[in-house]
Amino acid sequence: MIALITSILAITLRAGTSLIYAAVGEIYAERSGILNLGIEGMMLMGAVTAFAVAFHTGSLLLALLAAVAVGALMAALHAFLTVTMRANQVVSGLSLTLFGTGLSSFLGQRLGPEGGALTGLVGPRIAPIALPILGHIPVLEAVFTQDVLTYAVYLLVPIAWFYLYKTRPGLSLRAVGENPQTADAMGLNVSRVRYAYTILGGALAALGGAHLSLAYTPGWAENITGGRGWIVIALVIFAMWNPARAVLGAVLFGGINAVQFRLQAAGATIPAPFLNMLPYVMTLLVLIVMTWWEALSKRIGAPAALGKAYMREEK
Amino acid sequence: MDQEQAQTSHPILEMHGICKRFPGVVANDHVDLALYPGEVLALLGENGAGKSTLMNILVGLYRPDAGRIAVHGREVAINSPRDAAALGIGMVHQNFCLVEPMTVAENIVLGLSGLPFVPDMDQIARRIRELSAHYSLQVDPKAYIWQLSVGEQQRVEILKQIYRGAEILILDEPTAVLTPQEAQELAAILQRMTAEGKSAIFITHKMEEVMAYSQRVMVLRQGRLVAECATRETSPQELARLMVGREVLFHLKREERQPGEVVLSVRGLEARNEKGLPALRGIDFEIAEGEILGIAGVAGNGQRELAETITGLRRATRGEIRLRGRNVTNLSPLEFIQAGVSHIPEDRVEMGLVGNMAVAENLAMKGYRRSPLASRGVLQPKPMLDFARRMIDAFRIATPSPHTQVKFLSGGNLQKTILAREITACGGLLVAVHPTRGLDVGATEAVRRMLLAERAKGTAILLISEDLEELLAVADRIAVIFEGRIMGILPAAQAGIETLGLLMAGAAGPA
Amino acid sequence: MRITFEKRQSLSYQATILAPIASFALALLGGSLLLGLSGANPLATYAAMLDGAFGSWPNFTETLVKAIPLMLTGLAVSIAFRMQFWNIGAEGQLTLGGVAAAWIALFWAGIIPSTLLLPTVILAGIAAGALWAAVPALLKAYLRVDETLTTLMLNYVAILFSQYLFYGPWRDPKGYGFPGTAPFPDAAWLPRLAGRAHLGLVFAIIAAIALWFILKRTRWGFELRIIGENPTAARYLGINIARNIVLALLLSGALSGLAGACEVTGISHRLQQGLSIGYGFTAIIVAWMAQLNPLAVLVVAILMAGLLVGGDQVQIMMHLPAAVGVVLQGMILFPMLAGALFTEYRIKIVREPRRAPTTAPEVEL
Repeated sequence: MIALITSILAITLRAGTSLIYAAVGEIYAERSGILNLGIEGMMLMGAVTAFAVAFHTGSLLLALLAAVAVGALMAALHAFLTVTMRANQVVSGLSLTLFGTGLSSFLGQRLGPEGGALTGLVGPRIAPIALPILGHIPVLEAVFTQDVLTYAVYLLVPIAWFYLYKTRPGLSLRAVGENPQTADAMGLNVSRVRYAYTILGGALAALGGAHLSLAYTPGWAENITGGRGWIVIALVIFAMWNPARAVLGAVLFGGINAVQFRLQAAGATIPAPFLNMLPYVMTLLVLIVMTWWEALSKRIGAPAALGKAYMREEK
Repeated sequence: MDQEQAQTSHPILEMHGICKRFPGVVANDHVDLALYPGEVLALLGENGAGKSTLMNILVGLYRPDAGRIAVHGREVAINSPRDAAALGIGMVHQNFCLVEPMTVAENIVLGLSGLPFVPDMDQIARRIRELSAHYSLQVDPKAYIWQLSVGEQQRVEILKQIYRGAEILILDEPTAVLTPQEAQELAAILQRMTAEGKSAIFITHKMEEVMAYSQRVMVLRQGRLVAECATRETSPQELARLMVGREVLFHLKREERQPGEVVLSVRGLEARNEKGLPALRGIDFEIAEGEILGIAGVAGNGQRELAETITGLRRATRGEIRLRGRNVTNLSPLEFIQAGVSHIPEDRVEMGLVGNMAVAENLAMKGYRRSPLASRGVLQPKPMLDFARRMIDAFRIATPSPHTQVKFLSGGNLQKTILAREITACGGLLVAVHPTRGLDVGATEAVRRMLLAERAKGTAILLISEDLEELLAVADRIAVIFEGRIMGILPAAQAGIETLGLLMAGAAGPA
Repeated sequence: MRITFEKRQSLSYQATILAPIASFALALLGGSLLLGLSGANPLATYAAMLDGAFGSWPNFTETLVKAIPLMLTGLAVSIAFRMQFWNIGAEGQLTLGGVAAAWIALFWAGIIPSTLLLPTVILAGIAAGALWAAVPALLKAYLRVDETLTTLMLNYVAILFSQYLFYGPWRDPKGYGFPGTAPFPDAAWLPRLAGRAHLGLVFAIIAAIALWFILKRTRWGFELRIIGENPTAARYLGINIARNIVLALLLSGALSGLAGACEVTGISHRLQQGLSIGYGFTAIIVAWMAQLNPLAVLVVAILMAGLLVGGDQVQIMMHLPAAVGVVLQGMILFPMLAGALFTEYRIKIVREPRRAPTTAPEVEL
């Protein structure tokens, strides 16, 4: 029994890692008012880039840096289109997902040795490391026997929470997403804030993708993300744009996915697809309740300016 | 600081020859302004007179086309709100610049330069409480904005400016959103501030506020400065005249008519505004066939809500509206339209027209439900085009073609388009709200002629206007609205600007 | 020096026509960069794609096969977008259309006379898609819940539900491990017109013409356009916004459901994995590039389908990844999105004086 719980906990945390990176990134982007539906594409590009670079150079660090750069670049394009050119955010994001999906597939078939495919290859891997002492406590060892990127998540979340709610730039960020007119009148540079956090969002999404190809799966396969990018969108709503709550959601969403196999082996009778539906249905309910309960949505709701372009009428 | 002392010291702020033009309208025409330390200056004028524009230039939101600004005698360039803040100029806008899900303290320090990376919110809260007590601006730093009343939110805005070092505070229509008690508290706050040497400019169109709060007043009309004097040397009536009076540019022939049957009857009408405050507090009047009833009053006294309840766009909380005896209170906008009510709205482009659609299409937007413009659900392009051409001719709408998108038309032609449509579709009652606002002389004359022509045909017209000359020229009877009540209804022949001005300022008049 | 945007005083028609063409050209340019970097000859690749998509009759019919669902979902999305309703749930609506169609075809074949079976199947698909779109529509119209996220979430509920069915209770026992339902009876097969291109093409063309007619020439379409352009004016004019949103979305969902029904009855003849290869999302690209014009949607859908089929061909002939087509699809909209601004605004460079503002000299572009 303990072994089952431990293994479920371990795999849930590992599965949730990529989700949390992308979710924290998207929380920051949406907090600035930009909806990024291109996460799926950025995660895929992050995954393929990381694996390709790791495979050819042997350096995991370089691989992660490359992935981050690629995600940032894609997000920069999204920011350019939506912030400067004031294009429709939904369409821009979906285009990026399509582009990222196609390009990652293309690269996945050409970046292998001698222009071949990357699929099926074995590359450098970020292996789990057990922490001294903590890694040997029963049950908790699942938490403390993870790879470096997952450990980084343990730090990322509290830092992300603190930055958002307790620092000056976090305050500015929240204002920009809630009321860009006011933020502008108070002297904040709305465009710069949106660019910065959208790019951050892309970089983190790509990092999440890198975790998949370097640690979780590992390796490269088409559709390695399996729709995680969409789960991240749901996750951000479910977390009500709060990085701390995102952990709960990521563990829940990631866990369901990863764990259903083991549950069925243990005799559970809920069909897998219904379990997989749970995140989406729950998010839908959260959305409805939040919109309906006005007081709630003033306090913990979508950033009021999410999805709308902002232009100060230059007179 | 009393008036003489203030006058002999140097002005803390001077604006010389400020000009600002927007497409189609001159908002500020060589305006001069001087503000002395420790005084409250009132900036009075109708809507569209240029007051807000002038102040927006002062706080760096707009750039003037010409003119100079000097603070403490030194010429300055104010290119952004940050520049203005650095000079000690802060503004409390009509629409508050507050982020609702954040606390008072967070709003006050938002974007403040010099704020540390991890701000000490407790220390900030303490400082806010100090200032709060000092200026009698009771507010809890840890409260969330959405929890506060409008009056409290305004106090946060004022506190915000003081916290950030404002020496010159600009208030845009501050009492528009306050209850009478809150307005009195505001007066006390202003007194505390000026006692400390700070100065304030407040923008208003209410004469009684000018008398109550200010030491000096400047009156703007159509972008120009028309008067400047000490408050105690003037009176509400004089201010009303200055604000509104203009030479009669043209004479319109209005035939004498015997009004026919009652078309619109309003009894005890009550309604609330956007913020849930009472806007109409029991309105009674009637309009007969072939009669124009003018509604005079300073903006913000319930005119918008009146027009909206009578056209089905706003819920009446009490009272009755009858069209030819039939109770139509709180029916849908469509039912009002079908009952023959036409509406020339205050917001021409936002409400009355669809900018991206063609002139012909906009003209058809009231008649498209019936033949000949539509037959069995299908629009008939040829009849629509014929109809459009006839309207364009009859109402002299200047447009390159009936297929031009309406957003490219000038202000006067936009209004003519709406008029053409509404007058043609009218089945008895026409509600016209500020129909000549912002229009040039030619367009204004054309609109007034059309209204009189409709009157001659027997249409009942409710004309809401801030332009007293217009009402006197065109209306049969004039009712004055003040704080949601009708203060008096006078035959136009018996009304004069002074009487109307008194009623508009809230004095009781002949019933 | 500052760059600002100023609203144009007159509409630029050239921009509206040139935009999609220029964007396509720019996408091709971008694609050739990618191809060049990966050692392929861009011109040869594009030629092969062109040939693969349109070079022969069989190739063209294959392109049509992929174009048909794109046409229908493209139309579906365009009508929603016209109302400023961001329906990104076409994928789910399509899926449920396929599910409903399969339900009738598999379980009602014995009860419904065979001449009526196919029409019923198609109608079921239409109804299912419409109902699935009604949910977010009602939520938006009456509860003001944002539709972007609700339609997205409902996609996955629909897709997962469909998976549950053909992996589970509807699974074909004789399927030899291949997940999917049993094949539909012949009476529920949608007739093919040429190659594998089926009657759905006719439905799509009729739908496009009907939609064009509705929007341009009917009272209802007039009201829909007004709601999309200016909801405040719509209310002032007496138009019932909530009801019209729901009706328009029923139509939108119906078209997607029809696409799903046609796919299962015309191509796969069963409900299985791979019912949609992301048509619902590509439809958004199609609708946007067609600038929401129903007739243009038909043309753009064929173009997009051509990119996909051409990509497959390129994989076979030149051993290049088929994903080339998808990459191009993804790139097409970037120039259009960037350029959309210029139909409404023009650039203005304002040179700033260093002292107090007097008159600012302007240079217009």
